[in-house]
Amino acid sequence: MLITAHGISRKYDRTRSSQGSLQVLSETDLTIEGGKIIVIYGRSGSGKSTLLNILAGILSPSSGTVRYDGRDIYSLPDRELSVLRCKEVGYIPQLHSAVGTLSVRENILLPSAVIGNGKENLKSDELIEQLDLKEICNVRANVLSGGELRRLSVARALINSPSVIFADEPTNDLDDDTSQLVLQQLRLAAQNGAAVVIVTHELFARDYADVLLRMQQGSLVREKG
Amino acid sequence: MSIKKLLYKSITGRPLRSFALLFICVLMSGVVFGGAVLSASMKNGMNSLEHRFGADIIVVPKSAKGQVELENMLLQGTPGYFYMDKSVNGALEKINGVEKLSAQYFLVSANSECCSAKVQIIGFDDDTDFSVKPWLSEAYSEKLGLNELIVGSGISAQVGHSLKFYGVECKTVGKLESTGTGIDTAVYASAETVKGLIKAAGSKGISVLSKQSPDDVISSVYIKVQDGYDIDEVTADINLGIDGVQAVRTKSMITATADRLSVFSSSITVLISAVYILSAVIMLIVFTAFVNERKGEFALLRVIGFSRFMLGRQVMSEASVICVVGALIGISAASVIVFPFASLIEKKAALPMLSPDLISVVGYALLAFAAVAVTGPLASAYSAYRLSRIDTGRIFREGDR
Ligand SMILES: Nc1ncnc2c1ncn2[C@@H]1O[C@H](COP(=O)(O)OP(=O)(O)OP(=O)(O)O)[C@@H](O)[C@H]1O
Ligand SMILES: [Mg+2]
Repeated sequence: MLITAHGISRKYDRTRSSQGSLQVLSETDLTIEGGKIIVIYGRSGSGKSTLLNILAGILSPSSGTVRYDGRDIYSLPDRELSVLRCKEVGYIPQLHSAVGTLSVRENILLPSAVIGNGKENLKSDELIEQLDLKEICNVRANVLSGGELRRLSVARALINSPSVIFADEPTNDLDDDTSQLVLQQLRLAAQNGAAVVIVTHELFARDYADVLLRMQQGSLVREKG
Repeated sequence: MSIKKLLYKSITGRPLRSFALLFICVLMSGVVFGGAVLSASMKNGMNSLEHRFGADIIVVPKSAKGQVELENMLLQGTPGYFYMDKSVNGALEKINGVEKLSAQYFLVSANSECCSAKVQIIGFDDDTDFSVKPWLSEAYSEKLGLNELIVGSGISAQVGHSLKFYGVECKTVGKLESTGTGIDTAVYASAETVKGLIKAAGSKGISVLSKQSPDDVISSVYIKVQDGYDIDEVTADINLGIDGVQAVRTKSMITATADRLSVFSSSITVLISAVYILSAVIMLIVFTAFVNERKGEFALLRVIGFSRFMLGRQVMSEASVICVVGALIGISAASVIVFPFASLIEKKAALPMLSPDLISVVGYALLAFAAVAVTGPLASAYSAYRLSRIDTGRIFREGDR
């Protein structure tokens, strides 16, 4: 999967607080290739999550295009874009999110409920094992700790073996050892051909980067790779 | 894992919320169904009342209070009597449009020989009668002999007991069901019995007639109008063509009862509408609140591949399941309550009530079902639609905060 973002800008209206509008991203370009890990860091509020959401197909840019293998995703009908998100994109949100009434395993399997490939049960066992979720796999998600929710999000993003993974602060709430566990999973996915984009504050996470980018004043600055 | 399972868990995973919603649906469908059945029962009761009169027109002697007295007698049960010459019968036969006619004879019991209050005695002509016999036969199907009575439900005498009027011993052969009208405090007898009682009264010094013989008078004539004739026109023809009588349309007589009924049934209509609107508003608020509360969950579903359509369908299915179950419970519960309740109203409020037939009942059940099973999902669909218009990324930001 080759993802090309071209001339991405994003404004937020802040009319309610009467501060006019806020330009978060301006004319940002980015190319994401399969098999590589891109790490983006930058100051809080610099627009990293905004960019990730735009790339993942859940937030439309004010201007610019995002193409997946040449297809402009924001000109696709909702149904097709949704299929694309389900099959090709794994997304680990910055904030906790899980369906509270489902167990950990059921949450992990959620994307396969939309479009399954028949291999999801095997894959979920594997992910539960690797992310150390075995003991809690039948516990309801609304009682989980922050770190457990984080690992659940990671497993859920990987269940459909997506060709691109967006991870927004995937190691938040995690101790060093568990952080390594998560990052190794992401590296594994990249080794299997997925494109991986990680937004992080953690210095050690930068070691995993094939390409390191810094978000600065609405644009990306290449630091490595 | 499947979407059905997600649906199931969403409902069972939040028992309090689901029960609260279910309760609203039960209430809503129960009131709509129960109310519709009650108000139909009242309409039916009204029709049966019309049927009990059995006549299109009643002719009474012309006097200032003739009609009022008749109304009081038949509807409120205030006893009364009046007479006119029996030649009226012959004159009425000649009026165009009169299909059937039958005379009745009224008398009031003198004192409390039998009962706590004066009793209305109504005599009818067995050969010509078409208005009372059809429903009197509920209580006693044979021809009434001399000094035999069928009594209203309010008379304390039981079948087989005797009642004494003006020294004449009369035998109770049948007892009517309660109707909520003056019929309940009346007794029915043959014309001969009543004539005999009038004579007996006279010999006791209580003369209800000035000089005529009881054989020459009648109290009222019940008329059935031939199909194709306008009842109002026939009424007017009688009033213009025959001196000394007054023809009254039965429909206009039962207006008092009809008014009372319509007060009841319009309060029921108001109640139904109020409960329906209130429940619909509550549903809208509740669904909006729930959708807002679950924004993060729905945003997540969007991210993992739910389209707007799927998300809307999911939210609506959740509402539908609860509403359908609630409607079924509500309708069942209402039927257990409303049918006994109808007879309670009939007794307490003295209103004639008659349950509608099965087909109508099923119709009302379907109506109540549709009212709930459509409103709930619609209310939820609205909130789901609003939600799906927002960029998923923006909802995520508000996420679990
Ligand atoms: N819906 C919105 N309306 C108004 N302002 C917004 C909205 N979403 C984001 N912003 C603003 O845009 C800026 C960039 O937000 P974003 O979440 O992309 O930053 P970030 O780099 O991910 O920060 P952090 O590292 O703290 O997560 C912030 O100043 C934020 O307040
Ligand atoms: Mg962020």
